[in-house]
Amino acid sequence: MTEKLESTAKGTIIEGMTGPWELIIGLEVHAQVNSNSKLFSGAATDFGSDPNTQVSLVDAALPGMLPVINEYCVEQAVRTGLGLKAQINKESVFARKNYFYADLPQGYQISQFDKPIVGRGQVIVDLKNGTRRIVGIERLHLEQDAGKSMHDQHPSLTYVDLNRSGVALMEIVSDPDIRSAEEAAAYVEKLRTILVYLGTCDGVMARGSMRADVNVSVRRPGEELGTRAEIKNVNSLRFMRQAIEFEAQRQIDILEDGGSIVQETRLFDASKGETRSMRSKENAHDYRYFPDPDLPPLILDDGMIERIKATLPELPDEKKARFENDYGLSAYDAGVLVADQETAAYYENVASASDPKLAANWIITELFGRLNKSEKTITDSPISAANLGKLVGLIKDNTISGRIAKDVFEIMFNEGGDPEQIVEDKGLKQVTDTGEIEGFADQVIADNPEKVAEYKGGKDKLLGWFVGQLMKASRGKANPQMANELLKKKLDEL
Amino acid sequence: MSVDKETVRNIARLARIRVDEDALEPLAKELSTILTFVEQLDAVNTDGVEPQAGGRTMALQQRADEVTAGGYPEKVTGNAPKSEHNFFAVPKVVE
Amino acid sequence: MVDTTLTSLGLVEARDALDKKEISAVELTDAYITAMEKGRGLNTYITETTDLAREGAKRADENLAKGEGKPLEGLPLGIKDLYCTEGVLTTAASHILDGYKPHYESTVSANLWRDGAVMLGKLNLDEFAMGSSNETSFYGTAINPWRRNGDDTPLVAGGSSGGSSAAVAAGLCAAATGTDTGGSIRQPAALTGIVGMKPSYGRCSRWGIVAFASSLDQAGPMTRSVADAALMLRSMAGHDPMDSTSVDIEVPDYTAEVGGSVKGLRVGIPKEYRVDGMPAEVDALWQQGIDWLKDAGAEIVEISLPHTQYALPAYYIVAPAEASSNLARYDGVRYGLREDGKDLIEMYQNTRAAGFGDEVKRRVLIGTYVLSAGYYDAYYRKAQQVRTLIGQDFDTAFESVDTILAPTTPTGAFGVGEKADDPVSMYLNDVFTVPANLAGLPAISVPAGLDSQGLPLGLQLIGKHFDEATLFRAASAIESAAGFTAKPTVWWEG
Repeated sequence: MTEKLESTAKGTIIEGMTGPWELIIGLEVHAQVNSNSKLFSGAATDFGSDPNTQVSLVDAALPGMLPVINEYCVEQAVRTGLGLKAQINKESVFARKNYFYADLPQGYQISQFDKPIVGRGQVIVDLKNGTRRIVGIERLHLEQDAGKSMHDQHPSLTYVDLNRSGVALMEIVSDPDIRSAEEAAAYVEKLRTILVYLGTCDGVMARGSMRADVNVSVRRPGEELGTRAEIKNVNSLRFMRQAIEFEAQRQIDILEDGGSIVQETRLFDASKGETRSMRSKENAHDYRYFPDPDLPPLILDDGMIERIKATLPELPDEKKARFENDYGLSAYDAGVLVADQETAAYYENVASASDPKLAANWIITELFGRLNKSEKTITDSPISAANLGKLVGLIKDNTISGRIAKDVFEIMFNEGGDPEQIVEDKGLKQVTDTGEIEGFADQVIADNPEKVAEYKGGKDKLLGWFVGQLMKASRGKANPQMANELLKKKLDEL
Repeated sequence: MSVDKETVRNIARLARIRVDEDALEPLAKELSTILTFVEQLDAVNTDGVEPQAGGRTMALQQRADEVTAGGYPEKVTGNAPKSEHNFFAVPKVVE
Repeated sequence: MVDTTLTSLGLVEARDALDKKEISAVELTDAYITAMEKGRGLNTYITETTDLAREGAKRADENLAKGEGKPLEGLPLGIKDLYCTEGVLTTAASHILDGYKPHYESTVSANLWRDGAVMLGKLNLDEFAMGSSNETSFYGTAINPWRRNGDDTPLVAGGSSGGSSAAVAAGLCAAATGTDTGGSIRQPAALTGIVGMKPSYGRCSRWGIVAFASSLDQAGPMTRSVADAALMLRSMAGHDPMDSTSVDIEVPDYTAEVGGSVKGLRVGIPKEYRVDGMPAEVDALWQQGIDWLKDAGAEIVEISLPHTQYALPAYYIVAPAEASSNLARYDGVRYGLREDGKDLIEMYQNTRAAGFGDEVKRRVLIGTYVLSAGYYDAYYRKAQQVRTLIGQDFDTAFESVDTILAPTTPTGAFGVGEKADDPVSMYLNDVFTVPANLAGLPAISVPAGLDSQGLPLGLQLIGKHFDEATLFRAASAIESAAGFTAKPTVWWEG
């Protein structure tokens, strides 16, 4: 069971001209199921294919064509539901949502209405300030994607490509628990991590594998919910933040001018950074949902749900808790390391070969920094987890110092190689021989009589400077702790 | 229940069927007659009765996740009143 | 001259003659092609496919010569123009499907071709199967070959499968396919003196048949005898993985049931079917049927189907609701008629206004209304609840009986135009047929006698789910007792 967390944390307050406003956000995330074929047809789902090449007769809604559900999509919806700690509904019903649009060939979308496949669940969102929030999940249902209308290819025509028509989507509806643009982004990010862990969606927003409809309203703190506007099809986190911020300000401006908010569908125009009313959907919606008579109810048996449960991976929240407990990591470090499974696995390999905390530091600061700089990801890191583990091991057992380790790391990153071999070949082993370090200490003291005098005069802080000189003299190889101790002893004895 | 002209106008718009102004009134009468006929159902006590949605209860059959269709854009668009470059073409939509 | 020695043969008789090489498939088909030409005044065919028919007949003769004749080898059939046929114009008798040639073949017609049948052409029907007289067809009314004694008023052949019934009765095909949503096979069969069988919902695949009301539509045979219907259904029926509502149970050898004993068969007589205003001769024929079965050894049981009177109003909510959604795909974008407009919405509205006839528009509008916000519960949900009650009535009845006997229609054939202006009186034609559709039960209409004007009347048997076998047995008992051999006088070969 999940720990109890605050689910109604105080929201970000926006100061308007006439007083404070609270922002209320609910998200409907559409995540594409990573299936080979569509939800109700055998056409492929590949991204970026030629127009209408991935369209079956069912997807084009030719007369007499009938839907047959893809069992894999059903399993993935259940799997996702289990990953969201949600209620799995053993009986669910597909319903038709009726409306006309050029890229909706049937004249209805097959979706789920009053009986979705997954009911209430939750997502725990980690916020930048270190707090965690529960965002309630109202439901998850399966539905068909629409096709694509292209309005800019011809002066007087809209072109319609049905390649996406019928692709399986999981619509994941959150409660209106989100209180800022940042939280909305963090929620989507977390949801994405969970889906990718589960393997049910590739999570690539740039390809439309995840899109969100964002419901935004504002209210005076503590008052009833205001009228909301729905911003359709937001397909990047940056746009989401911009759209929410713009929309919140728009609504506040209207309300403060004494106006009222119209419940409507809006579109985010990324080029202008603003939302605007969608003309093509101006009419009041009346979707006339009713159970799809072509599809009997979907009945799941316990065995199927249990089988799927048995194959669930360790999910990010559990992994994070384990990293904190077993490896003694901070919540922040653990959070960073579990953001994707590859990183978490890489980390565990490094940690098991060395020291867990040191391993975390090296990955988060050194490796991530270096990967970022060279635009690489953890999966194509030039340094293998085994080798980074060895490097951290060399630091841990005092074979090399942290400073030397950075040099070795650089060599490993650029040229590859086994850190032990590099240390051996370049003679970088840390000097731990007392006599040798004493020699460096004596030399540093002898070379700097003025500093010694200052030190003796009470400037204790100069000890650090002496250590630095010693390290330099040893070309970084002296054990810094021993250097510190020996220098202090010698200076104090003078 | 009888429907009025305005209601007919609205449902015709929802159903995307153009109905000429002078046809609204007669259509409203016809639809009202049909609605009056079907409203006999009001006499049936249906408290606690589950609605039967489909043909008859049976389990939904499922198919394997295999690509078995597609790759024939000319078939898909071949019957279209207007198509260009394998796209369907419709009057320009302003979103 | 039409060779009536050939065109008067039923399927079983023709098949025997073909097997014995008494006739050839080409001769048989040519006789029908001549009959079709002579019978064009009946307006039964929307499209004649004579070339395909001749090719098919030739192939059949080759197979028969090799001793490889399949169950329907060389039998010339007409196909209701609601079935999609590959490369052959498919209209649903609607202007909106102008020029539509599918790239696919409906499962049921494909099953018929698999078993060797020959296609003569596509038969007229009410537009989208919405009607009881074939008068709503964009291609004009199919005319009943029967006339009242001493009266040449053109009569309707029933509907929606009016082209099918008229063609079978007039000898313009050996048998035909129909579809039955509320009586569209049985009512026209009764009005033209032929056999019409609506199988259990799920028995025949709906794939490739233009949908009217998906939860009610069922394909079935329209033939000159019960034996023919048994032979033809055996080929039409069967599980289809492309139709989610198709059942995966064995199709028995129905022909083995024909002529079987009904001794001890419990036949239910529903008192609620004795409706006000039913002509005495219909009542008398019903009593005659009871006596025939009793004489053959059946046990007659008075039963009650208390919700019978609500079947028709429930049907006229459910069917239009589903139709309003099923017909949304006819929007001028991907196939069929397009009427231009200044924008997309206007294009839709113009196309659908020009493409649909009055009855289709009425039903689409009623269906849209009963599903719309605020009315769903009062109409659609209520109708579905009544549907449950009607199903329960039958379940209860079938605890004590094996089949139910009732008239097929409240009257014989009526004149073209007589009921066209009053939709509700037209709907009343289906009062005895609709309950079986709502409950998904199999039912068959058998010609049983002539009314005082010399027009045929039918008796209907309703069976348990997927127990078509019992229906064929009971129907053949009525058939042999009735000895219905009357044929319409040929007046149409002018």
